Amino acid sequence: MADDEIILRDLNDDDLVDQMKDDLYDGLADEVHEGTQILLERGWDANNILSEALVEGMRIVGVDFRDGILFVPEVLQCAGAMKSGMELLRPILAATDSKASLGKYVIGTVKGDIHDIGKNLVGMMLEGAGFEVIDLGINNPVEKYLAAIDEHRPSILGMSALLTTTMPYMGVVIEELDKRGILKELPVMVGGAPLNQEFADAVGAHSYGRDAAISAELARALVGRNS
Amino acid sequence: MSRKCLILACGALAAEIVALRKQLGLSDGETELQCLPAEFHNTPSKIAPRVDEILTERRQEFDQVLVGYGECGTAGALDAVLAKHDAMRLPHAHCYEFYAGSAQFAAITDAEIGSFFLTDYLVRNFDRLVIGGLGLDRFPHLRDTYFSNYRDLVYLAQTDNLALQEQAQIAAGKIGLAYVFRRVGYGDLAPFLASAGGKEAAAHV
Repeated sequence: MADDEIILRDLNDDDLVDQMKDDLYDGLADEVHEGTQILLERGWDANNILSEALVEGMRIVGVDFRDGILFVPEVLQCAGAMKSGMELLRPILAATDSKASLGKYVIGTVKGDIHDIGKNLVGMMLEGAGFEVIDLGINNPVEKYLAAIDEHRPSILGMSALLTTTMPYMGVVIEELDKRGILKELPVMVGGAPLNQEFADAVGAHSYGRDAAISAELARALVGRNS
Repeated sequence: MSRKCLILACGALAAEIVALRKQLGLSDGETELQCLPAEFHNTPSKIAPRVDEILTERRQEFDQVLVGYGECGTAGALDAVLAKHDAMRLPHAHCYEFYAGSAQFAAITDAEIGSFFLTDYLVRNFDRLVIGGLGLDRFPHLRDTYFSNYRDLVYLAQTDNLALQEQAQIAAGKIGLAYVFRRVGYGDLAPFLASAGGKEAAAHV
């Protein structure tokens, strides 16, 4: 059956969730939005819609991106579709205390670097995983990270870089956190296209997230909430 | 016995290396040029394995290997391959830096961190590599996602080509950036290639 013949409201819950994952994979924001609305009307818990349809759908996208089946433009379309569902869920999740937040996650691209696509995808997956994400944006000197840590008392600090010339700055930030005694209490995750585990170990990061989905899983593990 | 050099380079440098070989008087007997796909720019993890494969097969044919890449986002993998095969690369982060020279590149980015760079090759192939490569032909609404943090499109020109300058201006308009022109020539690529066979580079062209 062609996609435009599928009436989402006619699908049972399991089929609807599967269709939503397919629609998310195809970057169909309106369809994902509609599917989210239908599940809410059927009494689904917002957390379950988020985890079973949206986050799971995006996880599959991440696997295919890693395997070179999907590329950046398609992933961005998928992210847009996920966002369209999250727009409906966000106010519900914010209002309910049925599931406690996993804590705050401060994230930002390092000084000298203006790339943020990967960071934004990670932020979205972290939100889907249950974190409150404080996004510092781009080009962040160490002072901004310190100020955010002071203000928000996050569970985790995340740093992103897309240039080999800017990623060493992660070491500068981590060294400063260590000097101030913060590092022993605050896990630091790093990520970005030119990074690898060896680099993360060399700069003293606690974790290296090689893609958005893995970053969210690692973050959950860091706060002791493995699924 | 002639001293032969393999120049193993990114395909995006092919036209410039051919021109420089001629200018520097590097004959086919002295140097051989082999290029890797320019598309590896978007998948830098492929650069080091391919360079390793080629040098494993061919290193013994040459007295010297010059690799026409900067660090290019290979996260140290390319340098490990070069050390293994006794080859050298340009000591820069990427082609924008070796064309502009480190000092000028730093000055441009210090003045405007949101600088998006093009070379002669990228201007020629802008629609394929940038518009097509980023999916802007299919998803034009992604323009802001990619470029909202940029302000300038900086054309680092290797040659005096008015047609390319016009194309670069059009490219800037397509992605909504201000157009900046810098005539940089071949930059540090010239002395690097000149080291093949012990030639001295002429002044930057």
